[in-house]
Amino acid sequence: MAALDEIPRRAAAPAAPARRRPAVLRNLQAKIASLPMILIALVVFVGCTLWTVFHSFTTSRLLPRTDWAGLAQYRRLWGEQRWLVSIENLAIYGALTLVFSLVIGFTLAALLDRKIRGEDVFRTIILYPFALSFIVTGLVWQWILNPDFGVQAVVRSWGWTGFTFDPLNNPDIVIYGILIAGLWQGTGLVMVIMLAGLRGIDGEIWKAARVDGIPAWKTYLLVIIPMMRPVFVTALVLIGSGIIKVYDLVVAQTSGGPGIASEVPAKYVYDRMFRDQNLGQGFAASTMMLVSVAIVLIPWAYLEFGRRRKA
Amino acid sequence: MTRFASLAGMTAISVAAGSAWAVELEVMHWWTSGGEAAAVAEFARHFEERTDHTWVDGAIAGGGAVARPIMVSRILGGDPMGAFQFNHGRQAEELIEAGLLLDLTDVAEAQGWRDIVRPSNLLDACTVDGRIYCVPVNIHSWQWLWLSHKAFEDAGLEVPSDWFEFVEAAPALREAGKIPLALGGQPWQSTGAFNVMAVAIAGPEAYAQVMGEKNAEVARGEDYARVFEAAVAAREMAQGSNVQEWQQATNLVITGQAGGQIMGDWAQGDFQVAGQVAGEDYSCLPGLGVNEVISAGGDAFYFPVHSDPAVTEAQKELAALLLDPEVQVDFNLAKGSLPVRGDVNLDAANDCMRKGLEILAAGAVLPDGVTTLSPDTTGQIDDLMAEFWSTSMTAEQAQERYAAIIEAAD
Repeated sequence: MAALDEIPRRAAAPAAPARRRPAVLRNLQAKIASLPMILIALVVFVGCTLWTVFHSFTTSRLLPRTDWAGLAQYRRLWGEQRWLVSIENLAIYGALTLVFSLVIGFTLAALLDRKIRGEDVFRTIILYPFALSFIVTGLVWQWILNPDFGVQAVVRSWGWTGFTFDPLNNPDIVIYGILIAGLWQGTGLVMVIMLAGLRGIDGEIWKAARVDGIPAWKTYLLVIIPMMRPVFVTALVLIGSGIIKVYDLVVAQTSGGPGIASEVPAKYVYDRMFRDQNLGQGFAASTMMLVSVAIVLIPWAYLEFGRRRKA
Repeated sequence: MTRFASLAGMTAISVAAGSAWAVELEVMHWWTSGGEAAAVAEFARHFEERTDHTWVDGAIAGGGAVARPIMVSRILGGDPMGAFQFNHGRQAEELIEAGLLLDLTDVAEAQGWRDIVRPSNLLDACTVDGRIYCVPVNIHSWQWLWLSHKAFEDAGLEVPSDWFEFVEAAPALREAGKIPLALGGQPWQSTGAFNVMAVAIAGPEAYAQVMGEKNAEVARGEDYARVFEAAVAAREMAQGSNVQEWQQATNLVITGQAGGQIMGDWAQGDFQVAGQVAGEDYSCLPGLGVNEVISAGGDAFYFPVHSDPAVTEAQKELAALLLDPEVQVDFNLAKGSLPVRGDVNLDAANDCMRKGLEILAAGAVLPDGVTTLSPDTTGQIDDLMAEFWSTSMTAEQAQERYAAIIEAAD
């Protein structure tokens, strides 16, 4: 109530000095307006996270329960072959997606930025897959990679009968089959972000580089890319969140198969919680996912924001 | 009246002539293949013909593993459907404990379900603390080997009469360009095939010990070691069947591209839809032709609790109707499963269903994994089997991990 009383009083006496108020009361309207958002963030994100972490230490099955189980769920989790395979797959998929989508995305953007003819057309074509959901992407690539109908069949019909390319049916390389579909879908967005970043680079810099006789690739590598740091951070966050939550692509393309060769952590969580009616185990797995994200994010945030404050 | 209707909230209510309330009852199930869809349409037809209510079909494609979570979240989320299909047993255990499902004991007593439902363990699986919560509608058994006559003719072979002959015929089938054993890629199919082999090779007693008593000693023992070795051989035979759904695998058998498939009796419905005749175009071997027993699992309907008495009334009417003799016959003939009551006229049953009925009458019935294992244990076994059937895991490794899961089962 005190906060609400504040508004009419201030309206009545506009000359009231703001600097005497404590920091909390400054910009009061803005703070009141953002209160719902803050509450939602606290309750939905922080609250539910804590609730999940708490219940990962219980024996909850279909319904959440509070029977304490200690670390039993975690011990079981790390003894599960399927979880270990999931982690390995995510590591491979994640590392390669990160590298390839940044490299390919930037290269495409740089090529488009050379003032080529028909840029709009290329941009549209390359960005187009991003308009498709992961489910559609997964199905399309399931067919393309199907040995009886897809690439393999086409190449064989050209006469090269020994040709074999069926990543989705080979447990050793199935994750690369998923990677191809993921890159096809996601690289366009990275390219557009990069292109926007490149367009933001002052033309004078290019002129200066040309005057100094620096080759274009060197200008990109040593001048332009360092200047595009914020753009790279944006792309990194988008790619990173896409990696950790990859689920629908796998479901559509292989449903985790052959066997368990293309399982990913998010699918483990879903299957345990809903298919097997074992909330405790699913929560333990999702808590581990949160921990792994935190391990990457906290040092980065510390460096990023800690340094900025000093500057 | 209008006030009452608005109180009913999400449930659509319309007033029929007279005092009865006509309710639109949403029924959710995962019966989407040709034979299954034809079967569920029989329920809908009888329900609409005999009552004032409307059947709203809520089919979910993708099988139980996809449908169950959707159904459970509908119920937990406070927007329950009118009725839903589950495999009875432990899947609905906690929903019942939480008081979310309708108690059908009064309907059951009025109709004498105790006396008409056989085998009685089907009704036991619906019973919690002496109260009945579900309606078993059919008996499904997993223990069938479906053989394509065309595939064996093409390879110049006799159609085998048991599993061992089938294994011997496998290399010749392979040479003739056939896949000896069709197997879909979904984990539950490989688990099912494995369990069927366990009954045939380790024998019904060992199987009942492992599935019913969760005896890890037996799972580690000699008998099961032979099962895992046979599974390694079957894995070789299944090489090349790059399909996911069971219908697609069954289709390989129907079209003669594959020699055989281990699949439950629901595959029968698809043979029927394809116009095939049992004994002429295809053969069925219960218990793989080795041990002629069947495990009686099946489908059951559950009814979530609704606050609206009109809906409850409609739910109970449907529950009673599902066990009606005529409905039972129409439904089960279409689906290829066996009716849950023995006193119905099944003259229209074909060759394979008759075999099943004889085994059932002889009482060679085993507990089904769905009724004795928790979904959690089933899930772990599914994962293991998925891995085993798609990699080169040895029989010993697989057996040890299988026994460990049985040991930890609750």
